[in-house]
Amino acid sequence: MSLANLTPSPGFEDWLPVEYKDLVNEGPYFREKKPKVSDMGKFKEILEEHPMCAGCAMTLFIRLTFIGLPNPEHSIIVGTAGCGRLAISQASIPFIYGNYGDTNAVASGLKHGLDIRFPNQPKDVLVMAGDGGLIDIGFQQLMHSWFRKEKFTTIMLDNEVYGNTGGQESGMTQHGKILKMAPRGKTGDKIDALGLAKVAGVDYIARIAPTNPSRVARTVRRAVLVAREIGSAYIQAYTSCNIEYAIPTPEVMQDAFDVEKERYGFEEIISDRAKEYLKEIEKKDKKK
Amino acid sequence: MSDQQAVKVAPPPGKPDDWVPAGDLQEVVDPHWFFHEAPRETVFITGSEAAREAIRRANVDCAISYPITPQSETMQQCGYLYDEGYIKDYYRGEEEIGVMSAVGGASRAGVRSLTATSGPGLMRGMEAISSWPGARTPLVLLNMCRVINTPLAIQPDNIEISFLLNTGILHLHAEHQQDFYDYSLAAFLVSEEVDVTLPCVVSVDGFFVTHARGHVSMQDEKYKIPPRDGWRSAVPAMDNENPPARISRDAPIQKSNFISYHMHASWQQEVFAAVQRSAKYFKRYIGDQIEVVNPGAEEMIIASGSCVSQAREAVRQSEEAGREVGLVKIKTVRPFPTQQLIEAVKGAKRILIPEFNQAGWLHQNVCSALIGHTQAQIAPGPRVYGGMTMPTELVLDWLEEFRKPNPSFTF
Repeated sequence: MSLANLTPSPGFEDWLPVEYKDLVNEGPYFREKKPKVSDMGKFKEILEEHPMCAGCAMTLFIRLTFIGLPNPEHSIIVGTAGCGRLAISQASIPFIYGNYGDTNAVASGLKHGLDIRFPNQPKDVLVMAGDGGLIDIGFQQLMHSWFRKEKFTTIMLDNEVYGNTGGQESGMTQHGKILKMAPRGKTGDKIDALGLAKVAGVDYIARIAPTNPSRVARTVRRAVLVAREIGSAYIQAYTSCNIEYAIPTPEVMQDAFDVEKERYGFEEIISDRAKEYLKEIEKKDKKK
Repeated sequence: MSDQQAVKVAPPPGKPDDWVPAGDLQEVVDPHWFFHEAPRETVFITGSEAAREAIRRANVDCAISYPITPQSETMQQCGYLYDEGYIKDYYRGEEEIGVMSAVGGASRAGVRSLTATSGPGLMRGMEAISSWPGARTPLVLLNMCRVINTPLAIQPDNIEISFLLNTGILHLHAEHQQDFYDYSLAAFLVSEEVDVTLPCVVSVDGFFVTHARGHVSMQDEKYKIPPRDGWRSAVPAMDNENPPARISRDAPIQKSNFISYHMHASWQQEVFAAVQRSAKYFKRYIGDQIEVVNPGAEEMIIASGSCVSQAREAVRQSEEAGREVGLVKIKTVRPFPTQQLIEAVKGAKRILIPEFNQAGWLHQNVCSALIGHTQAQIAPGPRVYGGMTMPTELVLDWLEEFRKPNPSFTF
């Protein structure tokens, strides 16, 4: 997208909603220095209003993800059914809401097509979908996009449950948890999606909880940059469902800290070539 | 004009430094001239080869493949076209849900997109396929018809067409190798028209056409049709080249309120209206939606696909026997040529509908179109399926039976 596309003609400016004008004048697009998490409240964010549940950790994570995008003006998000899309579809970035579990196949085709049309302008494709959408119904597409080394980022919003359909167990639910469709407790283990990503040769893998906002933004930026130049990237984010897991709203962040400490600590698994690339990029960033 | 940015890229692995993609050496020509005026040479090739030659001239950006009999040959030929540089990008997907989703993704990026499949593969990809029209993704799916399991069979039978009829997808049914060549090229052009912006399926009866040779009259391979222009579309490409809006293109209409009901309803109305609007563009390239032989005959055969060839022979043999039998060939299954059909069978007293499937989807469509517009009796057959061929004698026997005061088949 060019700045000319974004900026309204002078004659029309007065007739545009304040919301749009703010996005043009105060949004994160085309800034030499991207707004940081610490600038929140001082710029117009890509995601603001949304219909998510009060206290939802997923919403916070999505909001931070958008701040972390290195080039929001050239990013496209692909999603599927699940809680996340209620917020993502309200963001000022194109969003493809596809069929159940098709995200990584759609993103593959989209990325191939965008590379043909825009060989001189990287277009960052991100899949942002839930644990059920990726590890259950979307498993095959997820794995094969990794096997093919598709150059886009996959972000799993892992609330360890089918939240949007009312609280059924998913492949990412922990062993023994009693949820709908697991009346006697889940029999299998939480699927080791990080391990699968590693086996598939994903170049940038991260596990994260939304406890440190700047770290979330930095992780997203790293993933997108690796996907742009090196290969597949995968972020698995703990984004609790306070409704289905009955976490009192004021305690959502405490839960995130507790789970992070217990079993969801921040971890990055980066291939050597991705490490080298990030080192170079981040050295340049520091110089700026 | 293409919106694709000119760029110098390194040659692919295994190609010399001075390698030039064969597609770059082709000349983009006006589609009308290409279809109607460009010199053609006739060759004797299989249906799969006819598809390959159409694709060579179709300026395809992205082709995504998955093998299934009898389609495999076409998409592996596409692989060779990619290697030669006639197609810009190509890969083998994981299976049909993945492939049909991915080709929808490629189309959303604004590039000319292609895939192909057969019966069971089509059914596997059906959720993705049926969502293409609503997503307004122009693309082409070549469908080499095959029995749907079970029991398992790889034989020709076009039952799968019945599953596509109410999806909002444009659909052509090729009679022979020549049709498969011409229809495939027309499909890209019509599907990408701004007031159409819909996917198009070109079906052909597997083996009978795909693996058999026929005469195909083709333009020189130095020509290709104009590229898809990603900016020209009923909906914006998902390329983030438009001003931001806090609403997705794929509208968030899943909330339960009257606005969402109306949004969904009007979106569907527009898809099916676009199907109708495509008729004028098909006419531009493949002529009328139907072909009529012996108009005004009291006995008419209505057919599509390779059944038309069987019917032509029945018409010829009837003529030798001193009887005039007419024939209506349905070229566009969607949009269905309702008005043209009503006109074509005005004088008919008996209508026979031979089909290569058990369900009789063409019979149902013809009956729906003609109800209240004809006094003719419409026979539900003959039908063969499961891989059977349809001897001309079977069509002639049904015609003979039809002439009796009380024919043995029911209506």
